[in-house]
Parts: sequence; structure tokens; C-alpha cells
Amino acid sequence: MKRTGDSLLLILGILATWQVLYWVAGDIALTSPASTAVHLWKLLGTARFWENAAETARAFTFAVGISLVGGVALGVMLGVNRTSGVVSEPILIAFYSLPKVTLYPLVLLCFGLGMSAKVAFGAMHGLIPVTIFTMKAIMQIKPVLWRTAHAMRLTARQSALTIALPAVLPEVIAGARLGFSLTLLGVLIGEMFASQRGLGFMIMSAMGLGDIATIMAIAVFLSAFAIAANALLLWLNRAVPR
Amino acid sequence: MNRQILSREGWIRLAVIVAFTAAFEALCRFGFIPSTVVLPPTDMAASLWHILRTGEYNKDIISTISNVVASALISVTLGFVLGVILHTMPRLRATIEPLLASYYAVPTFIFYPVFIVVFGVSSRAIIAIAVLLSVVAMIESTLVGLDRIPRVLHKTAAIYRMSTPARAVLIDFPAAAPRLFTGIKLAFAYAFIGVIASEFILSAQGIGYAIAYAYNNFDNRNMYGLMLLVILLATSANTALDTIDRHMQSRVRVTR
Repeated sequence: MKRTGDSLLLILGILATWQVLYWVAGDIALTSPASTAVHLWKLLGTARFWENAAETARAFTFAVGISLVGGVALGVMLGVNRTSGVVSEPILIAFYSLPKVTLYPLVLLCFGLGMSAKVAFGAMHGLIPVTIFTMKAIMQIKPVLWRTAHAMRLTARQSALTIALPAVLPEVIAGARLGFSLTLLGVLIGEMFASQRGLGFMIMSAMGLGDIATIMAIAVFLSAFAIAANALLLWLNRAVPR
Repeated sequence: MNRQILSREGWIRLAVIVAFTAAFEALCRFGFIPSTVVLPPTDMAASLWHILRTGEYNKDIISTISNVVASALISVTLGFVLGVILHTMPRLRATIEPLLASYYAVPTFIFYPVFIVVFGVSSRAIIAIAVLLSVVAMIESTLVGLDRIPRVLHKTAAIYRMSTPARAVLIDFPAAAPRLFTGIKLAFAYAFIGVIASEFILSAQGIGYAIAYAYNNFDNRNMYGLMLLVILLATSANTALDTIDRHMQSRVRVTR
């Protein structure tokens, strides 16, 4: 009960700060929370918004799928062998903290303008954290578990399903949570730079028109989506027994 | 003490990177990858050497580096101060905690156009978004660092009858320092990403801008040279900070 109260308080606090910022900065910089909500509501009624949202959603779904499946597969492959894990970890971390926007032209030249470039760029952001988390989880499975599996004469399939999977699941979900938000960022940045469709493109064209209300409305919409998805994955993470 | 230059894994890692680069080079040279798409690594290096020697992009390079340093400094200072304030107010902290926890789930970068509209196309807009991206990492690290100060140290301070400022300088700060450094490392990495990304999307100068400009003009040579520059800059800076960070974290474990 107290936590719900806290969340309400937090939301009220954010809205109040926003309103004060609006009073300080004025119409050219920001729209007030109320007028943003009204504008978002109007935007949600237009076909153009949903066309762009659907485009972003499509690219994002593919990219998240590739990130999760590819990341888990890659993480398992690298993690089962200690040497390959130790060898690849710094390389993965270096790639993880790289500003990947720099590589976007490379992606565009390889995949051409359009859907596949966005998907590839999004997956580039999400794949690495999922891989790192899965790999570390596999490497940190206690040896005693493997010995137990051996003592019980479990088949490879049985030990994978009853020992490895439950042992790594919390870490993999944590990686998926990070991968999810980074993939979204990747897809949006991809749309902001070179695209003719999608929410990222809509924000950029609104910026060209100085249409601050649309930028704010879309940004709020995307933030709400990201926070909701993150909360769901956090809940899942806690629901999985450790 | 391990006096080897590289561990066995280090050598394998080096071999993997060299082999990958060589294979890449071969694929380009033998025409499997057309040079209109990707340049061979040696050509990228040659282009980078040319860029650095002629100094034609010096203005952009300096602009990017100074923006990154400015953003990181602001984030570290602001994040530290906010972290300390939040730490003294548990009630406020408990309320704000969910915001901090889900902060990096939000693609904050989509607010860059707002700053463009407010500040115009300028360094101020870039620094503002880079600070917004990196400050929360520093706040979190400060909170964790202050949380993890062993209670025995506070008791020791009480025994010595230290005043609050003396305790802060002599005990709290050194005890939290390793975590604070992790925050500095993260703030720097996020600031770098923020600055390059905003330059790339829309700005008037900087390495990110130069890459986007070269891309739009089909100037692959300069584009790949600059790309290599960003990769080398980011990787060497992050690796250096990471090495210091690991060193500091391992000292924490020893003293405990």
C-alpha cells in the first residue's frame, strides 16, 4: 500500500517539476503536462501516428527477437568453455561501451535504407548485453551442480533443462531487460538519422517544424511504453525463483 | 605477482582480433566486400593517419573531446552532490528509487530535439543531453558507495570524536571512493555516447557530425578513418578507466 502511495507521490512530483519548468522556460521550450496530454490524445486519434508506431513496432519486434535468441545462443556457446568466455568478455564489453551510432553508416551501406538497417542497428544494441549476461551466468554455474548431474547420470538434455536453465534464468532475464531498452534506443536512433517512417522519424520532422508539442507527446508515449515494459520484466525477474 | 605481459587468454584474444582483422582485410582485397560498402582495415588506418597528420578535422576532434569532458565533469559533480543529498534523506530516496531504477530503460536520447529547440544547434544542447544521459549513473554509484561504507568505520569515527566534516573527508570519502570511481567511469562512457550520438543526429561540428557529413557525401575514406578514430578513442579511454576501476575494486575486497 505504501509503495503505491510512493509511486503516486513520485508521479505527482515529476508532473509538478515539469509544470514549474514550463513556467520558467515558457512556450517555446516546453509544453505543459496538461497540454502535452491533450496533444498526445489528439495524436493517438490520427492514422499517421499509428502508421509510424506500427513501423517502429515492427522493426523493434524483429530486433528484440534477434537480440534475445541470438544473444542467448551466443552467450551459451561462449560460456560453456571457460577459455572462450574469458577471451571474449573484454571484447564484448569494449563493443558494449562503444558509441554505436558511429557504426550506423556502415549498417546503412550494408543493408540499405529501410527496415533491415533499422532492425540490424537495433539488434546491434541489444545483442551484446544479452550475450554478456548469459555468458557470465553459464560461467558462474557452480561446479557442484554439474557433478550432481553427473552423479545422477542425467543426459545432456536433462541437465540442460533441469540444471543449467533454472540456474541461468534470472541472469538471462536481467540481460533481456537491458537488451530490451537498448534495442528500443537503437531502433529509434536509426529512425532519427535516416528513415522515412517510424516514431523516430516523426520526432525529427516535428523538430524541423519546431513543433515542440508533438516531440513532447511522442517522447512521453515512448517513455511510458519503456517504463511499463521495464516494470513487467522486473516483475518477471522477481517472480523467477533464485 | 604476475609479471607476464599478457595472460594465455590475453594472447588468444589478441590472436582472435588479429585473425578477424586479417580475414576482413582479405575479404575486402579479394573483392568479396565491395569498397563502396566497407574499406579494408589498412585503408581505414591510412585514412586515419592522413586525417591526424593534415589536421583537417582537428576542430571537430577538439570540439567532441571538450564536449565529452565538460559533460562528464558536470555529471560527476552534479551526480555526486545529488547522491549525497539523497543519501541524507531516506524518505525522499525511497520515493525516487523506482525512477532511478527504470531511468535507463527510457530512451532519454529522444529528448534531444527538445534541447535543440531550446538551445538551438549548439554545444549547449549536446552537453545538456549528454549530462541527462550520464548523471543518473553517478547518482546511483554515489548512493551505493555511501551505503557500503562498513559500519565499523563510523564507530571508529565516533570513538575518535570526529566532527561531521572531518568524518566526511577522512572516512566517508575514501571509503566510498572505489564506487565513486565506477560512477566516473560510467558517466564518462555515457557522456561519450551522448555527445557522439547528438553530433551525429544534428549539430554543426564534432566527430559525429563529420562522420554523418562524410556519409551523406559518399566520402567513404574520411568516414571510415573517423569511425576508426572514434572506436580507438572510446576503447582506449574505457579500457584505461576499467583497468583503474578493477584495481580499486580489488583493493576494497582485500581491506574487508
